[in-house]
Amino acid sequence: MAKYLLLKHYRGGPAAVNDVPMDQWTPEEISAHMRYMREFAARLEGTGEFVDAQALAPEGTFVRYDGEGRPPVTDGPFAETKDLIAGWMVIDVDSYQRAVELAGELSAAPGAGGKPIHEWLELRPFLQETPTITE
Amino acid sequence: MNDAQFRSLTPSVLGVLVRRGVDFAAAEDAVQDALIEAVRVWPADPPRDPRGWLITVAWRRFLDSARADAARRRREDLVDEEPAPGPAASEDDTLQLYFLCAHPSLTPSSAVALTLRAVGGLTTRQIAQAYLVPEATMAQRISRAKRTVSGVRFDQPGNVATVLRVLYLVFNEGYSGDVDLAAEAIRLTRQLAAAVDHPEVAGLLALMLLHQARRTARTATDGSLVPLAEQDRGRWNTRMIAEGVGILQAALARDRLGEFQAQAAIAALHADAPTAAETDWVQIVEWYDELVRLTDSPVVRLNRAVAVGEADGARAGLAALATLDQALPRYPAVAAYLHERDGNLATAARLYATAAHQAPNRAERDHLTRSAARLNALRKISGTSGDSHLDGDSSTGSGCDTPKH
Repeated sequence: MAKYLLLKHYRGGPAAVNDVPMDQWTPEEISAHMRYMREFAARLEGTGEFVDAQALAPEGTFVRYDGEGRPPVTDGPFAETKDLIAGWMVIDVDSYQRAVELAGELSAAPGAGGKPIHEWLELRPFLQETPTITE
Repeated sequence: MNDAQFRSLTPSVLGVLVRRGVDFAAAEDAVQDALIEAVRVWPADPPRDPRGWLITVAWRRFLDSARADAARRRREDLVDEEPAPGPAASEDDTLQLYFLCAHPSLTPSSAVALTLRAVGGLTTRQIAQAYLVPEATMAQRISRAKRTVSGVRFDQPGNVATVLRVLYLVFNEGYSGDVDLAAEAIRLTRQLAAAVDHPEVAGLLALMLLHQARRTARTATDGSLVPLAEQDRGRWNTRMIAEGVGILQAALARDRLGEFQAQAAIAALHADAPTAAETDWVQIVEWYDELVRLTDSPVVRLNRAVAVGEADGARAGLAALATLDQALPRYPAVAAYLHERDGNLATAARLYATAAHQAPNRAERDHLTRSAARLNALRKISGTSGDSHLDGDSSTGSGCDTPKH
């Protein structure tokens, strides 16, 4: 029983095997991709392993505190920022092996030519609740 | 009748329905319906026999849904020969239900969810909140679990050890939401102890009570972890400790030692010490030796190294540690502690930082980060010359290896 974040990157990860930008796909290929993602999430709901899935807009703003009485400073987006997160899925599974298995399936979502994208997904464990017995 | 008393009726009511031949999933739904009805009706009109009331209502609910469900093959048989309601062998039924919900065909998370729902009488929403997953996900997890065990015969002897593992998981998983899972685990283990005479059930109950007794002292007001040695022992629950020790002694007297009894014995020795300095570490090491013999677990050997460090000095602890695999979870935390005790502050600080990086939960990570920071600050004040044990490993950058958050 552990939660994992499956993180999908616009950029920052290694290149996918089938690395064609989505705007170069056919409309049918895009629909097939979306359907795969929906069905994947629905299947995880059915197995009792789904927690959350969200997609993020590609462009955001950096914000920081600028001192007492001053409005926060905003900046960006920075084109040179290496890492750009596209979205995530949170799963609650019995083992690390199961998390890897599911990430592998999600990475097989179809892309250009109807072939699996083989994109790299980042798998990150959540820090857990503190156990009752610690010593 | 309070919530816990109310829910304690769940397993025996469910057991009666299953014993009457109702499919487990259908019986479970019917009992949940009856519980919801009871919450509505009882405050104004409390029944004289709550259990009998629940059995009657659950049975009626089942018949209603069976009538509505044309696909249910055995419907006629069941409807025609309604057994007279009356006291069944409720302890046996309760025990069978524990076995069913912890059946080896279930994954641990499914067994936990099913146990909390079918034996504990919690709602799906409460269980979902406790484990921080959406209610729909938990509902699916429970209904899959019910399907998985629906073919299991109810009167087969089960394995107590699998039930104990599930209850241990419920106790140890921490808690959130409006249900205290540790308290719920204690309630369910008590109920199991009443249904079956088994020294390891008693051992687990004692272990839970001895840890629960220290729980409030374990967390500071800011939520940070207070290590055992620094806890305010005046805040320990002495009544709970006395109960745990009593249960443990009765179990140990039967001379059928098991893992949970040995763990409880260690917890009891901690609970028994008026101050941390008066802890009987020699006896604790002996119990760890028993645990190693019983489980052969590398995690137990790791904890044993800490106890050896306290009983025979940090060097002995480090020697015990040297025989273990460095890839073990919490190895750097134990190594850091023993090196600190041995006066190797630079090494200890570096190891605490590594341990924080690998910590599986926030409270532990923050505690380890603070330990690294404390030693690094000490070293800055005293300077390298003030630390006779500095072992040449004082590359200052290593202390900055703490996680950013």
